Amino acid sequence: MSTTRWKTVLTMPVNRERDHIQGPADAAVTLVEYGDYECPYCGAAYPIIKEVQARMGRRLLFVFRNFPITTSHPHAEQAAEAAEVAATQGKFWQMHDLLYENQRRLRDQDLRAYAEKLGLDVELFDKELAEHVHAERIHEDFLSGVRSGVNGTPTLYINGARHDGSYEIEPLLRALERGGASERGTR
Amino acid sequence: MTTTSADHRARPLPAGTKAPDFELPSTPDRTVSLAEFRGQPVILAFYPEDWSPVCSDQMALYQEVLPEFQKFNAELLGISVDGVWSHLAFAKDRNLHFPLLADFEPKGKVARAYHVYRARDGTSERALYVIDGDGIVRWSYVSPVGVNPGADGILRALENLGKEGAS
Repeated sequence: MSTTRWKTVLTMPVNRERDHIQGPADAAVTLVEYGDYECPYCGAAYPIIKEVQARMGRRLLFVFRNFPITTSHPHAEQAAEAAEVAATQGKFWQMHDLLYENQRRLRDQDLRAYAEKLGLDVELFDKELAEHVHAERIHEDFLSGVRSGVNGTPTLYINGARHDGSYEIEPLLRALERGGASERGTR
Repeated sequence: MTTTSADHRARPLPAGTKAPDFELPSTPDRTVSLAEFRGQPVILAFYPEDWSPVCSDQMALYQEVLPEFQKFNAELLGISVDGVWSHLAFAKDRNLHFPLLADFEPKGKVARAYHVYRARDGTSERALYVIDGDGIVRWSYVSPVGVNPGADGILRALENLGKEGAS
């Protein structure tokens, strides 16, 4: 039958070598976010995920992957690249946080100011942004999201299954706890 | 168990059906017909209305994924009951660079032919069709109206066209 529903699961497994990860490898629950730094819904989810992380502590592994929708968000790609440059200098999460805390200020000069604030090698930062060194990796993230059924940002996966429920703190926590209870921790 | 009428989704034309031909305006001075894409796959994305939030996310997503669709030489056509001027403004506002067809007069004629018209709302379902180069429906899907169906189903259907050879 042509109308068969398909399973929306994460097609690219979490990879410690490649992914941006917070939390221990043996955490019971893995939460993957596909996000866009300029998307207001992602901005709204940002403090909620922080809160979830605080409450679950070492039982939660959090992964962030890029899903910039440049058609709607003209600064999203450049912001994603800025975070990837920061990652190569060991400051991914610091940049990730700064970007979400300053969603309305993502012009090139803003990104550069954040790089300076984080003490990055600014010359290298400028060069890598200008040459779009990390564009391919971001596109890889994006495509893996498309293939996994990302249908807007943010899209969350709990232990590999797309979370279609609420993004409010309590229901999200419950879904995460359920994920931890019903599965033995998919990486 | 109570099912609200909102849960009653249309049953789209199944795979193997000949896709009904159509000719609809995409701009005030251009019309698009299904027949002109014979020989290449066509993605028909029915959506309820321009401007409503979910539609916009869905169409923005498809714009972003367009290069992937094009790897299969597929043509993407958005289609709703809105008129061409609304489509033009919507496409400009959202940076959409694929045709949006106006199923406007007679209203919803093409949506009806594809079994995805919502008479109660006067709009179409949020429905996807992948039609092969011979004009045969190879995949169809109706999403709950408020849910963006994403692009993974479309890509899978396009891949399957290649696997099944034929066309």
